[in-house]
Amino acid sequence: MKSDNLLIAGKYYVSRLLVGTGKYKDFEETRKAIDESGAEIVTVAIRRTNIGQDQNEKSLLDFIPKEKYTYLPNTAGCYSKDEAIRTLRLARELLDGHNLVKLEVLGDPNTLYPNVIETVEAAKTLIKEGFDVMVYTSDDPIIAKQLEDIGCCAIMPLASLIGSGMGILNPHNLEIIIDNAKVPIIVDAGVGTASDAVIAMELGCDGVLMNTAIAAAKDPILMAKAMKKAIESGRDAFIAGRMKKKFYQAAPSSPTSGLIK
Amino acid sequence: MKVHVNGLEKIFEVSELPLSQLIEELALKEKKFAIEYNGEIISKGNFPQTILKDGDKLEIVIAVGGG
Repeated sequence: MKSDNLLIAGKYYVSRLLVGTGKYKDFEETRKAIDESGAEIVTVAIRRTNIGQDQNEKSLLDFIPKEKYTYLPNTAGCYSKDEAIRTLRLARELLDGHNLVKLEVLGDPNTLYPNVIETVEAAKTLIKEGFDVMVYTSDDPIIAKQLEDIGCCAIMPLASLIGSGMGILNPHNLEIIIDNAKVPIIVDAGVGTASDAVIAMELGCDGVLMNTAIAAAKDPILMAKAMKKAIESGRDAFIAGRMKKKFYQAAPSSPTSGLIK
Repeated sequence: MKVHVNGLEKIFEVSELPLSQLIEELALKEKKFAIEYNGEIISKGNFPQTILKDGDKLEIVIAVGGG
């Protein structure tokens, strides 16, 4: 195990890229993109099964084997704590007692902005019931800290609205959240392209969770590859420690002596 | 009797139906799924002794692609 692995709820992960499995053309494309991304944690949604309307319907689990990836069931589409808790209890039963979950309680269907009050309440109940809660939240540093204090195992603030691809709108809030945190901070939602992922990692985020940025790219497989590199180079740059910015003052990179006169 | 499955009303000629028979009828056997029976999660071990009756509500869920 390398020392720079990501530790979540007692388990180490080599990849700091977490990916969603939605919005792909088909399961084959999902499989290829996730494979190229190098991600080890993949989010899934919990939905009603069709009841015999299509008996040959393929299953995501056949393409993204549960043995190879850590499934992260989410509560996408839940607008209350009760809906979210109910969904994750079903998820735990479905995934044979698996406790690691992604909690998100939405506040509004247009912005999909998190309802942090319901989120905090849901998190309290879920933690009491033994879930390891990775929690989607706004980039409010106070709420982020509160979610950590009640026992969430990772805090996942948005970069911008879910599926918007607008990138990181408030890097300074993320910095405050990172500075105050003792659990992993994972940017979740809003990343649009590789540079957004690099910036998140350079800020000191522990990882990035994305779906649409890969799935809605013209070539999702190639974008998955780009994101893998972005996460790795952003992390390396963060650890390497960037040079100080010097405003309005240049500094030559070549020797100033020995010039031909 | 009527049983609500995933929000849809299903009508059966019988007055009692073993849950395992419904699972077979819905071709779910090969799938990975979880069931909520009248608001409570029911584990696979309890399927055989569960008998559905008129007015019961079932939610049967699977994992699908999502972010």
